[in-house]
This record gives sequence, C-alpha cells and structure tokens, in this order.
Amino acid sequence: MPWIDACATDAVDQEDLIRWDHAGKTYAIYHSPDGDFFCTAGKCTHEDVHLCDGLVMDYLIECPKHNGQFDYRTGEARRAPVCVKLRTFPVKVEGGRVFVEVA
Amino acid sequence: MARNYSMLGPDGARAVETGLAAAEWYHTDVPRKDMKALMQRSDAPAIRDTILLYGTMILTAGIGIWLWPSLWSLPFWAVYGVLYGSASDSRWHECSHGTAFKTPWMNTVVYEIASFMIMRNSATWRWSHARHHTDTYIVGRDPEIAVMRPPELAKAILNFFGIIDVIKFFPNMLYNAAFGPNAEERTFVPQSEWGKVQRVAILYTLIYAATLALAVWLQSILPLMVIGLPRMYGAWHHVMTGLLQHGGLADNVIDHRLNSRTVLMNPISRFIYWNMNYHVEHHMFPMVPYHALPRLHETIRHDLPAPNRSIAEGYAEMWPAFRRQLAYEDYFLKRELPPTAKPYREEFHAISPGTPPAAAPVNALPAE
Repeated sequence: MPWIDACATDAVDQEDLIRWDHAGKTYAIYHSPDGDFFCTAGKCTHEDVHLCDGLVMDYLIECPKHNGQFDYRTGEARRAPVCVKLRTFPVKVEGGRVFVEVA
Repeated sequence: MARNYSMLGPDGARAVETGLAAAEWYHTDVPRKDMKALMQRSDAPAIRDTILLYGTMILTAGIGIWLWPSLWSLPFWAVYGVLYGSASDSRWHECSHGTAFKTPWMNTVVYEIASFMIMRNSATWRWSHARHHTDTYIVGRDPEIAVMRPPELAKAILNFFGIIDVIKFFPNMLYNAAFGPNAEERTFVPQSEWGKVQRVAILYTLIYAATLALAVWLQSILPLMVIGLPRMYGAWHHVMTGLLQHGGLADNVIDHRLNSRTVLMNPISRFIYWNMNYHVEHHMFPMVPYHALPRLHETIRHDLPAPNRSIAEGYAEMWPAFRRQLAYEDYFLKRELPPTAKPYREEFHAISPGTPPAAAPVNALPAE
C-alpha cells in the first residue's frame, strides 16, 4: 500500500489536528503532545461529522457535535455517544513531511 | 398537513429520506486558534458552582426540616426547590456534554445526581440529547421538542409545576424497570445500553419507594419535600428558561440562528441555568463549556440575531408567536440578522410538511 505525502509537520500544531482529503476520502492527522503524528478516519463513527473541528486533549479527540471521544492512537471509542472504533492508518515522518499509508 | 412528532412516524422518515436528518448545520466562522481557546476545559468554575449549589441545597433543606411544619420554612423550600427542580436541569445538560468539568468522573457524578433529581433516566437521556443536537427541532427526529405545534399552552403552563413531566416520568420509570427502554426510546438508545436503562430505572424506583415508605411511616410529607416534590414546586425556573430556548422559532431548518434563541439574563438565573441562555452559541458550538459561553457570544454576535435583553422581553416575543401558531401552525418568528451576518441557511425549510426538498445533503465527502 502506498505512502502518501499528506502535509508538512509544521502544518499541525502540537496537541491539535487537521483535516486531510485524499482520493475522494477524508482523514484527520494529529500532532500529539509528545510530538508524534497519527492519522485516523476524518469523520466520527457516531454521525457524519468531521473531527477536524474537534478538540484534542492529550491523546483524545473529542467530536465537535456530540462530545464523543476517541483515543486517536488506537481509534478506541472512549466516551458516549461514540461506540464504534475509529479507523486508524500508519504514519511516518521523513524530511519534515508526514506520510500516511492509506488502505 | 399536521406535524407528526413521533420518532416512529412519517415526518421523521421523510427527514431521513430528504437529508434533513443528520445534515451539516450552519456555523459561524471562528478562527481555529480562538475556538481552541474557547473549548479549553477547566475544573475550577464547575467545582466552585457545585460547592455553592449543593452547599445551598443542604443548608436550605436543613433549615426547612428544622422549621417544619411552620410556614417560616416555606422560603427555604422555595430556594431548595428551584435548586433541586431547576438547577438540576442545567447540571444534567452540561454534564451530559462532558464539558462542565475537565475531569470525566466529576461530570459523571454530577450528571447522575442531576438526572435523578430532574427525573430523567440517565442512560436514556444521554442519547436523547445527542439526537437533540443532531436534529435540533427536526419534526419526528428530535425527542426533546418542548412545545409542539400547534402549541398546547395549557400543558406548557402545567409544566411550570412539573405536572406533565412527572405524570409521564413515573409510568415510564416503572416500564423501564420492568422491560427496559420503550419502542420510541429504542430508536435512539443503542442496544448495548438497554440494560443500563433498566438498571437505572430499578435504582430510581427503589429510591422513590423508600422515600414514600418513610413518608408513610412518619405520617408526614416531609421526606417528599426533600426528594421528589421539589421537581414540581421548583420546576418553574427551568421551564421558564427552557421554553425560551426554541419557542416560537423555526423547525425543520439547519441553521441554529433560525431555531434557537439567546436571552441575556440576571446573574442568579444564569447560575441556575449555567449560562444556557446563550443558546444559539451552545447549539452552534456544543464543545464550548458553559463558563466560556459569554466569551463565545462576544466572538460571534456579529453573525447572530440580536439577543433578547431580558427574560420578559423573550416572553414578549415568544408568547404572541405561540398564540399565532394556535391558528396557523406553520407560523414562526424569523429574527432580523445584523448587516455583518451571513444570510440565513434555510434551504430545507420547504420540506415539511409534505413537500419535496429544495436541496441535497451537503456533507458529501465520505470518511477515509
């Protein structure tokens, strides 16, 4: 599966996320408090809401619509109303760029 | 065509077919940096308010019991009742969002206590409120529409004393305790939570049964003055403020500026109501904690209709609209936007009742 050049590392503030659209699909790229990068599906599994407007708190992303929470490292649902795990994608950083291995 | 508010009825099904349900709603543009600052969580304001709330409740109930049955106890019951039967509504609300406290268990504890006091099954209502935010005042989808059209004003007035809510609550509590969620509740509560709905209902039933038994044993209504009755004699404030949230405004739209109302209020009402008077702001950005809503209001007020300046002014606007809806249920108030605002988003307005949609759903790009 291909590694796709998604964004520059400085495009995402620490403890924040951005939306990344690729090949007609939408993703979320996170910059954790300890400097690591992660990628998940871009929309909440509860309803059709982009996570990019949500709040990153440590390793949790909170959905902006209903305040459901996921651990963005694993995709695990951590707070109702989300029940279904968020899909995650491998990420690597090279030369100041964030690469995502999309399925 | 008359509106059908059932979660199992044709209006809800039509909203799903047309894309009105779970649509993408209008949001005022706020720079990400500003929004992140507004969304930040903190324990301190809610700990302060919770100590003040529960401390005042313990004090007033204690004095009320001490003075009972003298009439001198009445002012203390009046205060205790409003804190029990009205402040619990806003605590239930904010803690269901998980925004009141930064620490999750604090939200959970206050949520469970408030749910009991306001007579809402804590497992059921978490999900009903999620739906209220997904489909705010979408007929047949939103289970929390306070005044349906045509308005039943007698019921609204009775609810100032909690009468309708309490009459609905107890049979449903017993049904939930025996069988779990009812058919309508099963449309918005996930199956994985049905057992919890039943367990919560059993717990509530046991507490009310014990309170009633104590009252019978003491041959006094005093235990019920502390548990249960304040949901009636103290309900007036949360109904008074709650009706203003959406009353007389549009339904079946996807712009909270059209279906929600912001009302400036006195500090005591804002404490009881936990700043939910900033209701357009809350619906547009539900992640912003109650203590940051005044700042959010200042940030986006250029894009919103002017707030009502008092509770009285809100009622002066809303009540005539209710009365007009008695004769013509499609009537609604459409407030003027300031020149700095973006136009209203109302493309779905033609959908209900019984007409085809004017626009397709707009949240088109699929996840990954």
